[in-house]
Amino acid sequence: MKVIALFLMGIGVFFGVIGLIYWFWGYEDAGFLMLIGTAGLGLLPGSYYLWWTYHMKGRPDDDPDADVEEGAGTVDSFPGSSIWPFILGMGCLLAALTFIFGLWLAPMAAALILSAVIGGTVESRRGGNV
Amino acid sequence: MTTTVERPELITPEERGGPDAHGTDGHGPADHDLDAAHQEHHGPTGILNWLTSTDHKVIGKSYMITSLVLFFIAGIMALVIRAQLLDPSASLVSFQTYNQLFTMHGSLMLYLFAGPFAFGGLANYIVPLQCGAPDMAFPRLNALSYWLYLGGSITMLSGFLVAGGAASFGWVAYAPLSNATNSPGAGADLWLMALALTGFSAIFTGVNLVATILYLRAPGMTMFRMPIFSWNMLVTGILILIAFPVLFAAVVMLFCDRHFGTHIFSVEGGGSPILWQHLFWFFGHPEVYILALPYFGMVTDIIPVFSRKPLFGYRGMVFATMSIAALSTGVWAHHMFTTGVVLLPFFSLLSYLIAVPTGIKFFNWIGTMWRGQLSFKAPMLFSIGFLFAFLMGGVTGVLLASPPVDFMTHDTYFVVAHFHQVLIGTTVFAGFAGFYFWYPKMFGRMLHEGLGKIHFWLLFIGFWVTFMPQYLVGLHGMPRRVATYAPDTGWGTLNVISSIGAFIIGISFLFFLVNLWMAWRKPIPAGGNPWDGHALEWFTSSPPPHHNFTHLPPIRSERPTWDYNHPDHRTVVHKGGDKKIAAHQGDKEDQKVGASS
Repeated sequence: MKVIALFLMGIGVFFGVIGLIYWFWGYEDAGFLMLIGTAGLGLLPGSYYLWWTYHMKGRPDDDPDADVEEGAGTVDSFPGSSIWPFILGMGCLLAALTFIFGLWLAPMAAALILSAVIGGTVESRRGGNV
Repeated sequence: MTTTVERPELITPEERGGPDAHGTDGHGPADHDLDAAHQEHHGPTGILNWLTSTDHKVIGKSYMITSLVLFFIAGIMALVIRAQLLDPSASLVSFQTYNQLFTMHGSLMLYLFAGPFAFGGLANYIVPLQCGAPDMAFPRLNALSYWLYLGGSITMLSGFLVAGGAASFGWVAYAPLSNATNSPGAGADLWLMALALTGFSAIFTGVNLVATILYLRAPGMTMFRMPIFSWNMLVTGILILIAFPVLFAAVVMLFCDRHFGTHIFSVEGGGSPILWQHLFWFFGHPEVYILALPYFGMVTDIIPVFSRKPLFGYRGMVFATMSIAALSTGVWAHHMFTTGVVLLPFFSLLSYLIAVPTGIKFFNWIGTMWRGQLSFKAPMLFSIGFLFAFLMGGVTGVLLASPPVDFMTHDTYFVVAHFHQVLIGTTVFAGFAGFYFWYPKMFGRMLHEGLGKIHFWLLFIGFWVTFMPQYLVGLHGMPRRVATYAPDTGWGTLNVISSIGAFIIGISFLFFLVNLWMAWRKPIPAGGNPWDGHALEWFTSSPPPHHNFTHLPPIRSERPTWDYNHPDHRTVVHKGGDKKIAAHQGDKEDQKVGASS
């Protein structure tokens, strides 16, 4: 946990410093904004991790002496198989093609995306089936 | 069906009848583990399995097969390009087709092969195994990534079918060449939409990799015990999250410029074409390292196995990876030196600095091989080929980081040779090293060693014959992206040599295909651990069962499988952990056996 927190904070600090050097050396907006945005991308999750480093019990995957038994129990529940990612992917493809070949594709894209969003959500709720 | 995953139990040598029963003959302990009934999976089979699977192993294989098909399509385009350049005034293809060919060759190779092969294919398959995880953190998101990638790939290729042909503005799509006036037609739009789709696919895979590595490691698998490939994929995942959103934003802006009347990249409306270059290269340069870091990781995992030594300088490798990634995001405008509006010393200095961590990596790779028991199997040969190829590409990269040299060679074949050596060094040499290395794990059968060696040597020879003349022809002034050139320039001979090299590379891949075909027709079973590997993926069977592990070994160093198979030659990095292992093995004397290798 701490390693990750320091890693992400390091990204934030590095790009913050580089961004400031870049701004005061070159006065170029696009690069400065992207560098500062990148700094935020590191600092935001980094501070979250840093806070939790000191507010939760250490996890067995960060303990160098942990035995496999210490992680016993449920890891997570994973969907075995699902058709919805495929439907959603094809919906996104049609949505992208709508911008090129015209609005007649839009209803099909919307139908696929909506059904996939609903289907996927229902599937997660009831731990469901294909 | 949603399955709940319980953590597999600890396996101790007593339960197996001692490690020597399986360990020393080079075969893993997991060959007999498939009887664990609770891991059995009842899902759809056949094409429905492909469409609905959320298993990272199925998705990883789909990614790999798709990206290899695209690699071969793009390779054939390269051969047509080289055939056109054999003769100064050849007319094999029209100028318009030639432009489409080099654009699509670059786009397929960079966006659709090199990245997805690494982070969608091999990493998707191997990272959960190396971390001791049952699957990726978000399996359905993982499946969605693949479908977006496949949809994007088909979208990009379908440019050849529409009126006006595929995109023809180069893989970098510089404004104003890429605007609606200079590049009309649906081909360019399809190209942009393909980038949007595959960009999101990459972002989702990046999220998945980062979450898997941060949250699904097995107990005892601390960050500084992860194999370097997994470390590099964590860093790559974060680089993806930094770079790809910028590309997506740029693509949306360009699309608006083309169709919705905005003037973001056009001077007449008050916009700035240079902004496209800033946005594109802020994506593009990290992208080069998104394409390089996974392959560095593969080589870093392969060299210790075939040297029978632990990695030399593990922490140095991790910090080198981090600094390469960090620096790579601050050097984007070294592609824009000749625009005259960028900060030359800033970008030049940061570009030079990347040579330092890369040098550390080379030092550690050589240090790992130093006094090891080297065996030159195909994966090791490809890794060593990578060292040579990437070194040449890297050294010319240091040259190009110098603005005066860059001004002289910008947009010549010198740059073409440089980036082909860098990218073929990583994606092809290291990528196929990884493929030969992990193929037994993925398919449970071996590839033919002799054919692998022929593939390597032809590729290695073809590689130098193709690209060394391109440096020279570039220094003589030949610009890139030209379909013909004047006969009295003296570039003809060098181009002929380069084309011959390209055909040798093409032939080398025929041996690869024959090898795949033979492994398919006459399978040689691989067993769980054919190479006597170090990391956790070699502990489970080949191919691994659903949710990957039926048992896990104690994890006390960065090579748990090796420690388990060779208790007398363990890497001892932690005193407390050592005692626990010894207790499990019921061997009190063993505590005194220190780090020996």
